[in-house]
Amino acid sequence: MSVLVYVEQVDGKFKKSVYEAVSYAKAIADQQNSNLTAISIGNVADAELKNLGTYGASKVLSVTNNQLKDFVNQAYASVIAEAAKKEGAEVIVLSNSFSGKGLAPRVAVKLEAGLVDGAVELPKLEGGKFLVKKTAFSGKAFAITELTSATKIIALNPNAFGSKESVTAVIIETFSPTVKSTDLSALVKEIIRATNKISLPDAELVVSAGRGLKGPENWGMIEELAALLGAATACSKPVSDANWRPHSEHVGQTGIAISPNLYIAIGISGAIQHLAGVSSSKVIVVINKDPEAPFFKVADYGIVGDAFEVVPKLIEALKAHKG
Amino acid sequence: MKILVCISNVPDTTTKITFTNNNTQFNTAGVQFIVNPYDEIALSKAIELCEGGKGTVTVINIGESQNDPTIRKALAIGADDAVRINAAPRDAYFVAYQIAEYAKTTEFDMILCGRESIDYNGSQVAAMVGEFLDIPSISIIKKLEYDGSTALIDREIEGGKEVISVTGKFVASCAEGTAEAKIPNMRGIMSARTKPLVVIEAKDIQAVVTIQQFDTPPPRGMVKLIPAEDPSKLIDLLHQEAKVI
Ligand SMILES: Cc1cc2nc3c(=O)[nH]c(=O)nc-3n(C[C@H](O)[C@H](O)[C@H](O)COP(=O)(O)OP(=O)(O)OC[C@H]3O[C@@H](n4cnc5c(N)ncnc54)[C@H](O)[C@@H]3O)c2cc1C
Ligand SMILES: Nc1ncnc2c1ncn2[C@@H]1O[C@H](COP(=O)(O)O)[C@@H](O)[C@H]1O
Repeated sequence: MSVLVYVEQVDGKFKKSVYEAVSYAKAIADQQNSNLTAISIGNVADAELKNLGTYGASKVLSVTNNQLKDFVNQAYASVIAEAAKKEGAEVIVLSNSFSGKGLAPRVAVKLEAGLVDGAVELPKLEGGKFLVKKTAFSGKAFAITELTSATKIIALNPNAFGSKESVTAVIIETFSPTVKSTDLSALVKEIIRATNKISLPDAELVVSAGRGLKGPENWGMIEELAALLGAATACSKPVSDANWRPHSEHVGQTGIAISPNLYIAIGISGAIQHLAGVSSSKVIVVINKDPEAPFFKVADYGIVGDAFEVVPKLIEALKAHKG
Repeated sequence: MKILVCISNVPDTTTKITFTNNNTQFNTAGVQFIVNPYDEIALSKAIELCEGGKGTVTVINIGESQNDPTIRKALAIGADDAVRINAAPRDAYFVAYQIAEYAKTTEFDMILCGRESIDYNGSQVAAMVGEFLDIPSISIIKKLEYDGSTALIDREIEGGKEVISVTGKFVASCAEGTAEAKIPNMRGIMSARTKPLVVIEAKDIQAVVTIQQFDTPPPRGMVKLIPAEDPSKLIDLLHQEAKVI
């Protein structure tokens, strides 16, 4: 019996959300008195794989088959399912990332496993039940779900559990599963990634702006504030609908749901659909010139004022704070 | 060309979410149901691809008869016909299985879903359908071009996109950007009443995930207001009190 965690790599490196998934999987392994195995697919150097031991993995299955260097969910799902069988894994953990969302359901079908996506807490084992809390209704609620299948899959939300060190001696094992050609019929033509930007779904700090900013030309100060904080940028739906900002920045019920440690909303009214995607942020700051803006009702800190005056002052204050 | 579009019936986005029966059931009293917004995008894309007699669009829903108005709405937007698999959805596995079983009985070139349903936010159904049918599934797409046999698809990834090409049948789940959502016109609404809506009984399959209980996030305390003249106080509070910077 063991717990298996899939560790998604980007250009041979693991992101913070991977260490969160490993820490979470380690905690489950501890609950069950079992060991944690990680599976890595793609070209990752041993030094990077060893980092997984820091968070509690005692074994790493490394798949470096060149056919699998790009993420193709169909093929990756087969590999993970095979690894799960080989390890006798009862629980499989992965990150609820864009790739994770395309992958976990396929693994679930292969293993006839129940899948809970968007998990926010460790499973509770109560009266023989395996219960996992997840977000529902775009952050307006949580659902406690029971997984009744023999194998259970959990996709962990970024920034929900944190990473916890648990230094373990780690063995790296080469794993060479057979790859069916039919699993590789989708071809990755090109990958375009802005490497200098913090990705929104994983970000701990987010600076977001809405229609109150009047036009795309005014986003300079938003980007400056975000850069100073080391934050990702986000926006409300009308802003991306008007193409002032890319759709990938749109948060809310019909955009991305996020739960950063800090969400700063500038010139956003706080419509119910917007709040749905951001209300589980740990701390919310609202800057709006209208004291009646609904967003203030769910904010921890607020400034009633004109963004074009407040934000430049905030930038100055932050520069002073950083010295 | 034939496109299947999976639509789910979800509470309107303005719904205040409450629960009944000791927080075990979603309270549907007074709730207006709509076509899941992402499924509207998927449907609009399908209609766009089939325009000018290039193909037909079938919408499929797993649900009971109370979903029929939502299905008619999809027909009004422009789907040609509809199939409802008559069963209360048990979990994503159950829903995907029904869709896949139906797909096995019919011709199709692609199956389009939404990126997620805005109620339970699973993002599971599309990829599960792909697996049940053993065909590629591309999750969370932003763009789709199709030449009749090969699709060129932009998939969202953290901080960017991936361009994928697929030849043959596939499933994709659509996010914003894939298409402009179409709004039904008068003719669409009139013709929706007479378009075929076939009801098929569901196949039995065990659920693997059940919701035991719901929970709502704890309310926040009162907002602390900081004078607009002195935003440095905000920095101090975020640093010392909230400890987030
Ligand atoms: C089906 C559906 C789904 C939706 N999904 C989403 C979603 O996922 N995400 C989302 O964001 N929205 C969503 N919406 C839209 C939502 O209802 C609101 O319309 C939207 O969030 C408003 O965006 P906003 O706050 O930027 O703009 P507005 O509502 O126009 O608010 C602008 C705010 O800026 C303030 N302001 C103006 N000038 C200044 C200034 N100089 N300084 C400071 N403040 C200023 C104003 O007081 C106002 O509060 C959805 C709507 C529907 C119908
Ligand atoms: N009951 C259903 N009937 C038909 N399609 C559905 C149903 N539930 C979900 N879907 C489809 O699957 C997508 C993802 O749903 P989910 O996995 O529940 O987040 C939705 O956007 C729909 O396209």
